[in-house]
Amino acid sequence: MEKPAILLGSEAVAHGVKLCRPQVISAYPITPQTHIIETLSEMVDSGELKSQYIKVESEMSAIAAVLGSVSAGSRSFTASSSQGLAMMHEILHWYAGARLPLVLVNANRALGGPWNIWSDQSDSFSQRDTGWLQIYCETSQEALDTIIMAYKASEQLMLPIMVMIDGFILSHTMERLMIPTPKMVDDFLPPYKAPYQLDPENPLTFGAGAHPDLFYELKKAYSETMTEALTLIDQCQAEFAQKFNRHYDVIMHCQEGDKDSDTAVICCGAMTGTARVASEMLNENGTSVDLFKLRLLRPFPKTALITALKNKKRVIVLNRACSYGVGGTLSQEIRTALYDLPEHPIVNDVMISLGGKEVFPETIVKIVNDREQLSATEPNWL
Amino acid sequence: MTNNNRPATGKNHFTDDTNWQITNAELMESGHMACPGCGASLSMRHVLKILGPETIVVMPACCWAIIAGGQPTTALSVPLLHTPFAVAAAAASGVRQALTAQKKEHIQILTWAGDGGTFDIGLQGISGAAERHEDMIYICYDNEAYMNTGIQQSSATPHGAWTTTTPGGKDFKYSKKDILAIIKAHNPGYLASATIAYPDDFYAKIEKAKAARGFRFIHLLAACPSGWKIDSQNALEVTRLAVESGVFPLVEMNNEGAIEKTYEPENPISVKEYLATQGRFKKITAEETEIWQNEIS
Repeated sequence: MEKPAILLGSEAVAHGVKLCRPQVISAYPITPQTHIIETLSEMVDSGELKSQYIKVESEMSAIAAVLGSVSAGSRSFTASSSQGLAMMHEILHWYAGARLPLVLVNANRALGGPWNIWSDQSDSFSQRDTGWLQIYCETSQEALDTIIMAYKASEQLMLPIMVMIDGFILSHTMERLMIPTPKMVDDFLPPYKAPYQLDPENPLTFGAGAHPDLFYELKKAYSETMTEALTLIDQCQAEFAQKFNRHYDVIMHCQEGDKDSDTAVICCGAMTGTARVASEMLNENGTSVDLFKLRLLRPFPKTALITALKNKKRVIVLNRACSYGVGGTLSQEIRTALYDLPEHPIVNDVMISLGGKEVFPETIVKIVNDREQLSATEPNWL
Repeated sequence: MTNNNRPATGKNHFTDDTNWQITNAELMESGHMACPGCGASLSMRHVLKILGPETIVVMPACCWAIIAGGQPTTALSVPLLHTPFAVAAAAASGVRQALTAQKKEHIQILTWAGDGGTFDIGLQGISGAAERHEDMIYICYDNEAYMNTGIQQSSATPHGAWTTTTPGGKDFKYSKKDILAIIKAHNPGYLASATIAYPDDFYAKIEKAKAARGFRFIHLLAACPSGWKIDSQNALEVTRLAVESGVFPLVEMNNEGAIEKTYEPENPISVKEYLATQGRFKKITAEETEIWQNEIS
């Protein structure tokens, strides 16, 4: 039987990680991620989690250390945020190119300057092109569950997965959730068995130079595996739902409007919770909207997105990350996917928050009510 | 060169009490990509002969990232993990901790990096690994510049040396970073300098590093014929003269934690004589040579 608990988001993450039994953890502190690695430290210290814990001197070393430990065949874990994730950037590329599994939890936070420690998805959106899978979580329960699913998918695909929780909004907020039993997770997630590893019995070289044609072929294969990952993630989520009775999809329909509703709101992460309240308010007051949350950013679930949005005349995208000179980063992803439709809905690119700027249900209600005034081509700043 | 095949003049501390042998077994294969006369490749060959097959090598960007060969070939018969430039010591720490979790403590980790990856871009990660007393042998093969990228100065480049970024010679106000003092401050499990130009000293030190535990660091001087502007066939001799002149003393940390010489030349040569063997010191002045001589004496 699962046990109910009231935990901080970061504690929920630590419990999810513990259930996956990583043999090596390497981490470096950064707000708002620190509670994750503090909780894991206590678990290792008390003996409830048997893991080698490397307290490295930087985030670059944190990710490099797990590059080493997973190359040697051990399931591993690291977490970061913001400047720390940016510092990892070079190794994130390398890690993906090494075709190694890993789960990294990122507590989304703004990148300076100026200094800002609050919620903002620019840190992980900036890592879209590193080859990592990216999953955004709305709740702490979702984060805990996603970590378990992510280890399974990562090790089947031999691709690393980044799991996102919004800094403070999830990481520092108490939530009532269910903690699966170790047996349930052990039945779902077998121990990691590396198909190749650093082993003197079978000496192999990892990461040696690849000439242009070989490099191209390796990256082509990588890209194909990313596409195949969409199917595997669906299977993984379905199996999880069967065993744990909690259902997740790459895109989730969070609020249904009337059947003739032509407006959709889409966002990712914890803001979905606020948007749920806003869309209830809207629907009660005669403005029918559908609300979607995007869980999987990489690989991008294009077909699922088109299926979800194909009958809409308008898609309002709420962004917590910006590509300056273009607009909301999530909007670009949505626009690109919808281009394949014969008739495109209007895509309203709304820059609703950066650096922790508060989003209230009323903020979203007003955006939707004033939708005719929104630019369909330029980013809409509040 | 005027002193072809000039032998070592002094007596090695280890010669009397070390019965060192060179095994015929090779863990570095032919067909590698090193330049003729490369001190780093000869050093690796012998380090692996000593450490044996139960060794995992971790290396960052450096000449050896090329020397080891491109896919699908490899010059090493032990496992090898290539890493980005700054993170070899951190990645090696991860390998070590994974092996500990798997109860394979007997396997040696050899972190093998050039001077750029050690003195400069990798220093923070090395400090972290040394502070944590990660159980590994870290060997810096120091060819005294960024040779792999085409001879740019590093903080291991001696003053007065020509490189492509010090076309007039490295300014004398900058001296070569004292890497042994930096590592010594971390209380390492073993610490020494060495060069394959003195194989008895070299073998004794690698054996001692192998027998010790914790973070062990060896600073190897490794000649680079193209970067030092010397003929390939003189590489070993020029390296030997670096020791005979006192420019690169052979030392180790003793049980009391003090750095002491393991080799004392009986007929030391002058710095001037050492510098004259290499094209990279062509522009050095008499005054600068004297400053250098005084630094040593």
